[in-house]
Amino acid sequence: MKRKWNWPIWVGFVVVVAGLFSYEFFARFPITRDFPWANFLLFGTGAALLIVGLFRAFGRPQIYRGKIFGSIFAAIVVLVVAFFSYEIFYVLRQVPPSAGAPRVGQKAPDFLLLDQNGKPVGLGDLLSGSRAVALIFYRGFW
Amino acid sequence: MAISVDLPETNRRQSQKLGYTFPLLSDPKTQVIRRYDVLHPGAGPKGADIARPAEFLLDSNGIVRWVNLTENIAVRARPEQVLDALNQLSPAGQ
Repeated sequence: MKRKWNWPIWVGFVVVVAGLFSYEFFARFPITRDFPWANFLLFGTGAALLIVGLFRAFGRPQIYRGKIFGSIFAAIVVLVVAFFSYEIFYVLRQVPPSAGAPRVGQKAPDFLLLDQNGKPVGLGDLLSGSRAVALIFYRGFW
Repeated sequence: MAISVDLPETNRRQSQKLGYTFPLLSDPKTQVIRRYDVLHPGAGPKGADIARPAEFLLDSNGIVRWVNLTENIAVRARPEQVLDALNQLSPAGQ
């Protein structure tokens, strides 16, 4: 008898891969970037499907296929989730302490830099006539 | 205003693309970035030195009144946080 296609293995794997590649999309919104719960939700859903599929493949191998692909996908999923977690919980948090950064109550160091039109702009120019100045440092490389 | 290691030309394109109306300053030698101790050594593409994300609110005398130094690159100050800090600094109408 021909054994049945074990769809949860394939769908689960695709959902996990989608969880990885959708990071760039979800990172556009603060609510899904500050903590990437949407990606972890996809990982969890995909892994649950994959586990269901594995139980089918190994529990009732006479009915369902997928022992080999199920095992390969399970190994890839473990690597994907491990890599993602390492990036999110370790790499993204390797920010220098900036202990010497100006603190509340201190005077901000003056500077003179070129703006986007090649015109020199000093902190003094921005402060004069302003109620306040928001100074934002970006990682850049746009 | 914003500061990064990008060149004015890159910043011009970025400003135009996103419609920024504030100065986007270029610090390719990381002089100001170092002066503010917000350097992230080797964190850019090909190990380039870049700025870590950091936000300061200065009053009209150039005194720091609010600082946000994130511990996670993905978590930045949101515009409303900066506006809250601004409103506490000088309530509207003053």
